[in-house]
Amino acid sequence: MNEVAPMEQFSEKPLVEACARAPVGLLAELTHRCPLQCPYCSNPLELDRVNTELTTEQWQDVMRQAADLGILQIHLSGGEPTVRKDLEDIVEVAAKAGLYTNLITAGVTLTRDRLKRLKELGLDHVQLSIQDVDEANAEKISAYKNGLEKKREVGKWVREFDMPLTINAPIHRHNIENLPNIINFAVEMGAGRIEVANIQYYAWALKNRASLMPTRAQVLKSAEIVEEAKERLKGIMVFDFVVPDYYAKTPKPCMGGWGRGVMNVTPQGRVLPCHASESVPGLEFDNVKDRRLADIWLNGQAFQKYRGTSWMKEPCRGCPRAEIDFGGCRCQAMAFTGDPANTDPACKLSPHHLAFVAAAEAESGVANPPPFIYRRMSPAKAPAAE
Amino acid sequence: MNAETPRTRVIIVPASKPALPPHIKLRHDPGRGRWHVLAPERVFEPDPIAIEILKRCDGVNSVEEIASELAKDYNAPLQEILADTISMLQELSDKGVIKA
Ligand code: SF4
Ligand code: SF4
Repeated sequence: MNEVAPMEQFSEKPLVEACARAPVGLLAELTHRCPLQCPYCSNPLELDRVNTELTTEQWQDVMRQAADLGILQIHLSGGEPTVRKDLEDIVEVAAKAGLYTNLITAGVTLTRDRLKRLKELGLDHVQLSIQDVDEANAEKISAYKNGLEKKREVGKWVREFDMPLTINAPIHRHNIENLPNIINFAVEMGAGRIEVANIQYYAWALKNRASLMPTRAQVLKSAEIVEEAKERLKGIMVFDFVVPDYYAKTPKPCMGGWGRGVMNVTPQGRVLPCHASESVPGLEFDNVKDRRLADIWLNGQAFQKYRGTSWMKEPCRGCPRAEIDFGGCRCQAMAFTGDPANTDPACKLSPHHLAFVAAAEAESGVANPPPFIYRRMSPAKAPAAE
Repeated sequence: MNAETPRTRVIIVPASKPALPPHIKLRHDPGRGRWHVLAPERVFEPDPIAIEILKRCDGVNSVEEIASELAKDYNAPLQEILADTISMLQELSDKGVIKA
């Protein structure tokens, strides 16, 4: 735009100093319960049971500790956070502690009164997820009836109460062709921000990868659509575009680097460097019931294990991008190569990269993908042991 | 396309009166000894000039008034400061950080 380049002085990137002291954000998975059953859910395959969830007081304590530690933003997530009847009590304490509060919801269990109350208690922002803007397809993806109508309503309330709205749209082969309409939907809803988030293939999404993976051509097309819309909607709606890393050349710095910017607390109170990190063997997860958050962040084994760059092997070790992408995602390295300390296979320098890309190309090229395995609590199994 | 409120991009001019919307928070972080701007799923670290500008974005001061105050405080040419202020505020407006 001009040579002053003001955003260089005002960028979200150089948070190095801020991160060194404490994570910037905390993802609070208040519950794994959810009325929807999206086959790409980021929750673990082994879902935490309701009777093992942290109590109201325990969550409130997590909020206070988070603020003391220097965390700035709390993302209240799930599952579906609004199925917890004490969401208001948790938000109240978080807001009072000075945290920026973000509700990540599918919307279908929210009421107008509750949203109004949440706003009064200090809720700062609502992120509403949609499955598709085609009603029948949305139903098929979420295994939930009339969800879209409900979401429209929720979006209206958010705007009625003059709260900022983000539309979160997880993208995959079953809705990628609808992207222009999804973007229009977000504009109509009055969203100030949209996340066009290609699914990341962990947890349920990995299980369903063969049903969900879009083709490379589809992904390229979607990137063009986003570029065009971004220009057209400048100053009206902010875009966040997440590409599927199967078609990338370098990996994403997952969570901005392990144990660097974010921490995640599960419904049972386990503290994770990333929501998928329970799939990585050899990590010991501390629980907020036993240990202070600050101590876990600074000294917890799971956080220390892959923090920084000293754990790296070739080709990451000594790579000029080591401090940029931190070798990508440990969970993906584990899932695809069997060793979490390996380079993320999304990196073109990984010896597994070609096989990784070939898997995506083969699966996305199948005309009739396999049916979804929906996200459900496995009824036969006992509650996950702590 | 737009059934309800048609929205348009805000263009910042010297007479604009910028303000932080209620969901954007300029906060001092005593632990880190610095200022942050908290926005939906975003945290910014404004530099000292940006902080001075943002502190003055109260919906009452115009861009021109903000710039002339800064020009005085920093003993710098007004036209330069004004141009910098406008371009910074335009970027921030496009990012949804300020309204005008
Ligand atoms: S992804 Fe779907 S199933 Fe998982 S928590 Fe979100 S709405 Fe529920
Ligand atoms: S080799 Fe490792 S550090 Fe280098 S680009 Fe690939 S993943 Fe990143």
